[in-house]
Amino acid sequence: MNATSTEAPLSFQDMILRLHSYWSARGCAILQPYDMRMGAGTFHPATTLRALGPDAWNAAFVQPSRRPTDGRYGENPNRLQHYYQYQVIMKPSPPDLQELYLGSLAAIGIDFTRHDIRFVEDDWESPTLGAWGLGWEVWCDGMEVTQFTYFQQMGGFDCKPVAGELTYGLERLAMYIQDVDNVYDLRFNDAGVSYGDVFLENERQMSTWNFEVAETDALFDLFRKAEAECARCLDAKLPIPAYEQAIEASHIFNLLNARGVISVAERQAYIGRVRDLAKGACASYMEKNGWAA
Amino acid sequence: MTDFLLELRSEEIPARMQDKAREDLARLFAAELAKAGLAAGALLTYATPRRLALIARNLPDATQAVSEELKGPRTSAPPQALEGFLRKTGLSQEQLVDRDGVWFAVIDKPGRATADVLVEAIPAIVRGFPWPKSMRWGAPSLSTESPRWVRPLQGIVALFGEEVVPCTIAGVESGAATVGHRFHHPGVITIGSATDYVEKLRACHVIVDQDERRTTIAIGAKMAANKAGLRLVEDEGLVAENAGLTEWPVPLLGRFDAAFLDVPPEVIQLTARVNQKYFVCRDADGKLANAFICTANIDAADDGAKIVEGNRKVLAARLSDARFFYETDLKVPLDEQAKKLEKIVFHEKLGTVADKVERVAKLARWLVDEGIVPGADPEHAERAARLAKADLVTGMVGEFPELQGVMGGYYAERQGEHPAVAAAIRDHYKPVGQGDDVPTAPVTVAVSLADKLDSIGQFFGADLKPSGSKDPFALRRSALGIVALVLDNGLRFPLARAVNADVLDFFADRLKVQQREAGVRHDLIDAVFALGGEDDLVRLLARVKALQAFVDTEDGANLLAGYKRAANILKKEGGVPEGAASNAAPDTAEAALTQALDTAEPAAKDAIAREDFEAAMAALATLRAPIDSFFDQVTVNDADPAKRAARLALLARVRDAVHGVADFSRIEG
Repeated sequence: MNATSTEAPLSFQDMILRLHSYWSARGCAILQPYDMRMGAGTFHPATTLRALGPDAWNAAFVQPSRRPTDGRYGENPNRLQHYYQYQVIMKPSPPDLQELYLGSLAAIGIDFTRHDIRFVEDDWESPTLGAWGLGWEVWCDGMEVTQFTYFQQMGGFDCKPVAGELTYGLERLAMYIQDVDNVYDLRFNDAGVSYGDVFLENERQMSTWNFEVAETDALFDLFRKAEAECARCLDAKLPIPAYEQAIEASHIFNLLNARGVISVAERQAYIGRVRDLAKGACASYMEKNGWAA
Repeated sequence: MTDFLLELRSEEIPARMQDKAREDLARLFAAELAKAGLAAGALLTYATPRRLALIARNLPDATQAVSEELKGPRTSAPPQALEGFLRKTGLSQEQLVDRDGVWFAVIDKPGRATADVLVEAIPAIVRGFPWPKSMRWGAPSLSTESPRWVRPLQGIVALFGEEVVPCTIAGVESGAATVGHRFHHPGVITIGSATDYVEKLRACHVIVDQDERRTTIAIGAKMAANKAGLRLVEDEGLVAENAGLTEWPVPLLGRFDAAFLDVPPEVIQLTARVNQKYFVCRDADGKLANAFICTANIDAADDGAKIVEGNRKVLAARLSDARFFYETDLKVPLDEQAKKLEKIVFHEKLGTVADKVERVAKLARWLVDEGIVPGADPEHAERAARLAKADLVTGMVGEFPELQGVMGGYYAERQGEHPAVAAAIRDHYKPVGQGDDVPTAPVTVAVSLADKLDSIGQFFGADLKPSGSKDPFALRRSALGIVALVLDNGLRFPLARAVNADVLDFFADRLKVQQREAGVRHDLIDAVFALGGEDDLVRLLARVKALQAFVDTEDGANLLAGYKRAANILKKEGGVPEGAASNAAPDTAEAALTQALDTAEPAAKDAIAREDFEAAMAALATLRAPIDSFFDQVTVNDADPAKRAARLALLARVRDAVHGVADFSRIEG
C-alpha cells in the first residue's frame, strides 16, 4: 500500500485528481465545490445536511475555504485567506475508515516506512453549526495534515447513524509532498504553473478588501437580510435555501470580524444568531424528510 | 488457577485518558469478579494508543458453591406472608424448613465456571466504562442506544487460559487475534494466552507496557541530548504524553535555525511542548539550545532523517509565527496596550480589566506607603501595577495564555522600564499554587499582594464566594498566595485594614490548609484564632509555633491535662458561684497556685505584648507543678460552700491565664 519513493512528487492538481480517483473507487460520489463563500468544507450542504437522517451517504469534494482573518497579503508562506479543503464524508462511518484514509495518503505518495503518522486527540466543535464530534488531527512528521472526525451531533441533532468526516488541508499536504517552504512555490501542475501564479495576486487584493475596504454598513445590512431571508425560507418550509442563508450569514460575520467591527462582547451574540439559522435549517430539513429527532 | 487476558483494541485513545482508563479497567473488572465472589491473585493493566489491556493472574476456575439461607415469616403468620415469601424465593412450601416456628429457605447455589462469569463481565465493563468523553460509531449508531467507547472499538481479545471467552460488543466478536504496530506489523497476530501477550506484541513492534515506553523515551531523549553535547530539559508530563501517543517510541533530535533564539526561551519551549510535544535542551551554559527532540512512533527506514526534517519545518513555521507576534507586540508600548483593557470585561459584575488595574495600582501603592511592604519605591509599585495586565491584549499572550506576565516582563524590559518594575510585571501572578516560588522582590510583592487582595475583596463583595468544590475564580489559590507572600516575607500586615471579616475567616481556613502541609497542627491554629482579634498572620503563626513547641514538651502536655481538668470541673459545677472570694485559710497547694498565678499571669501578658511567645509559654509552664499539686492535694468540692466557691474561682483564674495565650479547649489530645 506504500507508494514508491522513486515517483516524482505530485503537482497540486494531480494530488486532487489522485484523491478523486481513490475515493471514487471506494464508492464516494465526487461532487464539485459548493458555489458559495464558506469558511470550511463542513459547511457544504453535502456534509452538514447529509449528516442528518438515516440514509447512507458517501461523498468527496474539494471546497474552497475562506478565512478572512487569516489573510496575510500574500506575505506569509503558510497563511491564506482562501485555500482548499478536501472533504470526504462517509455515513455510516465504515469500520475501516482509518485504513481507507491511510490508503489515500499512500495514494498521494506518502511512504509510511519513512514518515511518522499519528492520530492525536482533537475533538471538533462548530459553535456556528451546533455540531460536535470526536476524532483526531492526523500528524505527518509533526504536521497536521487532516482533521478526522466522527460526527456526534449536527444542528443540535444526534447523528443517527454517525458519519465519518475527513478534511485534508490540501496546500499543507502539497507543500509537504513537494517539499517546499512557501505555499506560492507549489507546483500547481506539471506545465510550469505555480500556486503563486494562480493565487498570489488574489491573496493581496482580497486581504486588502477583507481588512481595509469592505464596507461595513453594507455588511451589517447583508447579515440582517440573510437572517430575514432565512426566516422566510423556513416559513415556506424550504430548508435548503434557508441553509444557504445560514452559510451566507456565517461568511458575512467572518468578514465583519476581519474588519474589526465586532466587539468581544458582541461576538458570542453573532455566533449565536448564525447558529440559530443553521439549527433552524437543520430542524426544517429533518421535518421535511419526516425524520424524528 | 488460570490467567485471564483482556485486550480492548480501538482507534487511537487520547493520551491524557490512558492512565485513568487503566485504573478504571482494573476497578470495574475487580468489581464484576467480586459480584461472583471471585478475586484474582494480581491484576496488571496496560495502555497504548490502540489498546487497553488487563491480565488477571491466578483466577479460580469456578466460583465456590454457596448455600444461602433466607429467613421467612413465622409459621403462625397469615398465609399472605408465606405466599409472598414463596414468590420471592421461587420455592414451594415443602422445600422450606421450619425452625423454631420460623420458615427458612435454604438455597444452594452451585459453583459457576469462571469463564461464564467473564462472558457477562466483559460487556458489563464496556457498558459501564467512565470515559471522560465517549462516542457512537458505524452502522449500529443508527440507534442512540448503541454501545459507546472512547473511539470505535476494533477488536477484543479475551482468553481464559488458552480458551476464548466468547462475547460480542457493537458487532465486534471476541477472539485470540489482535494486530501489531500500525505500520511495522499491520497484519493479524494470534495470542496464545496471557503468558505470551506482552512478548508477542513486542515481536510485532508494540511495547504494551506504558512504563517501559516511558523509560524508553526518558532515557532515549537524554541520550540523544548528551550525544549532541546538550542537556535535556526533563519533563515528565511530556514523557507520559509521548508514551501515550506511541507504541514503539523512538526519540529523535533535530536542530532549528539558531536565529529563532532571539525569541524569548519561554516562548520557544512552550511552542515546542504544547503544539508539537517536543523536548528542548540546554547548552553547557544552561541557555536554551537550538535543538528539539521529537518522539517518532516508528523505526524509520532512513533512521528518521525525513521525520526529523519534517518536524524541523513544522517547528520553524511555529517559531516564525511566534516571532511575528513578538515583533508586532514590541512595536506597541505597554501603556498603549493597557488602554485596550478598558474594552475587556473582567467580570460582568466587576467592570473591566482597566477598572481592576486602577484599583490594584492604588492598593499596591498604599501597601508601600503604609510600610506594610517595606523597601519598595511607591512609584515603581504603582507603575508596575498599571502595566501588569497590559500583556493580556498582546498577540503572544493571545496565542499562549500561559505566558501572561512573562511576556509583559520582556516587553517592559525592552521598553526601558526599571528592572524592579519589569520583574514585578513578570512575577506578579506568583505564587500560583503550593510549591511555586514566592516572590521576595518588594515591588513584586506589593503588586502580587494587591492583585490578589483586590480579586478576593471584589468577588466576595459581589457575593461570588467559593463554595464546596466550586471556586471558578481561583480565590482559594489567591488566598493561599497572599498567606505565602505575607509569611515568607514576614510582612506585618493587619489584614483587617484591607479586608472584611468574612474574608478574614476565609484566610484562616487557607492558612490551616497551607500550614497543614508544613506540619503545623490545625487545632493549634484554631486555638489561637479562637482568641479573636488576630489578623496579623506573622504574629499568629509565631504564636502557633511557640504553642506547638510547648504542647510537645512534658510541661506543656501536663499543663494541657491540668487545664482540661480545671475546665471540666468548672463546666460540671456550673462555673464560679456568685460572690466567690479568696479563701481566708487556703491549703498549702492552694496558696502555692495562687502565688504562681500572681507571677505567671502578668509575665505571660507582658511577654505576649512583646510578641515573645516562647516567654509566654515559659510563664505558663511555671503553673504546671502548682496545678498538679493542687489537684493532688486539694478537694474542690469542699463541704464549706465558701471554700468551694473560692477554689472554683481559682480554677477559673487558671483557665483565664491559659486563655491569655491560646484557647486550650481547642487543642486535641
